[in-house]
Amino acid sequence: MTAAANLPGAVTPRGTKPKTVFAPRNIMLYGTLLIFSMYYLLPLYVMIVTSLKDMAEIRMGNVFSPPVEITFAPWVKAWAEACTGINCDGLSRGFWNSVRILIPSLIISVSIAALTGYVLACWRFKGSEIFFGILLLGAFIPYQVLLYPLVIILRELGLFGSLWGLVLVHTIFAMPINVLLFRNYFVALPEELFKAARVDGAGFWGIFFRIVIPMSLPIFVVSGIIQVTGIWNDFLFGVVYTRPENYPMTVQLNNIVNSVQGVQEYNVNMAATLLTGLVPLVVYFFSGRLFVRGIAAGAVKG
Amino acid sequence: MSRARRGTAPVRPPIRLFRNLSSKIAAIPMVLVGLGVFVGGTIWTVVYSFTDSRLLPRLQFVGFEQYERLWSTRRWLVSIENLAIYGIVSLVFTMCLGFLLAALLDRKIRFEDTFRTIFLYPFALSFIVTGLVWQWLLNPDFGIQSVVRSMGFPNFNFDPLYNSDLVLIGLLIAGLWQGTGLIMVIMLAGLRSIDEDIWKATRVDGIPIWKTYIIVIIPMMKPVFVTALVLVTSGIVKLYDLVVAMTSGGPGISSEVPAKYVYDTLFTRQNLGQGFAASTMMLVTVAIILIPWAYMQFREKRQ
Repeated sequence: MTAAANLPGAVTPRGTKPKTVFAPRNIMLYGTLLIFSMYYLLPLYVMIVTSLKDMAEIRMGNVFSPPVEITFAPWVKAWAEACTGINCDGLSRGFWNSVRILIPSLIISVSIAALTGYVLACWRFKGSEIFFGILLLGAFIPYQVLLYPLVIILRELGLFGSLWGLVLVHTIFAMPINVLLFRNYFVALPEELFKAARVDGAGFWGIFFRIVIPMSLPIFVVSGIIQVTGIWNDFLFGVVYTRPENYPMTVQLNNIVNSVQGVQEYNVNMAATLLTGLVPLVVYFFSGRLFVRGIAAGAVKG
Repeated sequence: MSRARRGTAPVRPPIRLFRNLSSKIAAIPMVLVGLGVFVGGTIWTVVYSFTDSRLLPRLQFVGFEQYERLWSTRRWLVSIENLAIYGIVSLVFTMCLGFLLAALLDRKIRFEDTFRTIFLYPFALSFIVTGLVWQWLLNPDFGIQSVVRSMGFPNFNFDPLYNSDLVLIGLLIAGLWQGTGLIMVIMLAGLRSIDEDIWKATRVDGIPIWKTYIIVIIPMMKPVFVTALVLVTSGIVKLYDLVVAMTSGGPGISSEVPAKYVYDTLFTRQNLGQGFAASTMMLVTVAIILIPWAYMQFREKRQ
């Protein structure tokens, strides 16, 4: 596409005169960008390279050199054999715990947020805006303030230590941002639609399921992305509200790598770290622009 | 125009509470979370911070005793100092680096998407992953220090995680790696919202590009900077996972932070009153940062 502009006879685009590729300005611009790219890419590269070496090679060589002999043993060990405390079944346990936490949290929190956003956008009642304001305020309260009250609430509900307790906690803390997201999206939908639907006899739920949800796929995706990365990356709630056998992947990873007993196996550590980072990375690389949109939406809320 | 197709809509009871009943039922989770958890929980913590609760919460009021003890505990003072230093440095660097990267990406370059993807991907990773990777890179026996030494600088020293004077630098390198991408994206959105005509006008006036950024663009982006500021600061106050993964507060207590103090006091040392006092102080810190911002937002909206 850029080549077309240089064809003879093509209309020259407006703006500054096209310069040669190696103009000093370009060298500076791309040079700076490349140097920064190294800072951002280096850890990923080192993680991958380290996880494919065996320990003898790590002890001799330097962290940046590519593996002489590629081995997948560290990955297998990290997944199935690495020890945390007395359990030696690797990160797989944490992975499945995280999955079991993620799926119900995702479904429950997104549905509650969508429904609440729908109420706030289309079915306001007296006081609904005040409750919304209180909810948004909650986004700014440091988690530490609410840690213990939630312990009590979960204990009263008999959920303390279980996966469902953690699901509830994730749902609670995800509410402010997600409700805001859905509310703002629903407010922008054309009002005539609701009027027409009401004239046709649709009620609260009819409009929600048959009109609002089918029109709002993008915002469900954005909200889902925020939730998946947020819940998967959580550490604090996992460590406070679950028992060791239910620890999510991040907590288990930290226990494997930062355990004091035994010889440190750096290749296994890096394989484990990569495995834990894999889910959000996959979400990130596949969602692309929607991810950016998601965090920009998160940014507005602060 | 046809009216409702179904003959009679169900007659709604005239009591006000029952009007719009479905929407009120649907709002129950919001009310429970807002009032029950956020407001209720905060009040609960603040009230119990004035008691002598230890293993279990109990209402035995002791005035400001917990706060006095808190502010005379060395570990808390170190935590606060660390947070202040980390916060200020991280804030300055995140803002400058974020803006610089955004400005570079905004120069109509090729491969913009590629560069943006590279700068932003660490943001998708957890602080635990971030901390562990950088712990490995900064490992004095195998990481950057040993590589530079083997390149012919045998006296090169860079082991921030094992040196209590430098440990915050280690945390900063990792924290900035994870967080600058987000600020870059926000700044980039701000830059993109600036009218192309302004650039044309400054070009006609012959103002150099760097000067245009400083005297025209940055003042125009004030709301974006404020949003970024609030975002970064509220993230810094929460700083916890990164420290746990990278240093566990060490060496000694040289990288302790308030969030970790709260967690340790509540759940490992079972000194509840003290933990509540510390978390109340965190809440006060956030309030001091947020109230001016909220006031500004409110004033802007009214204008």
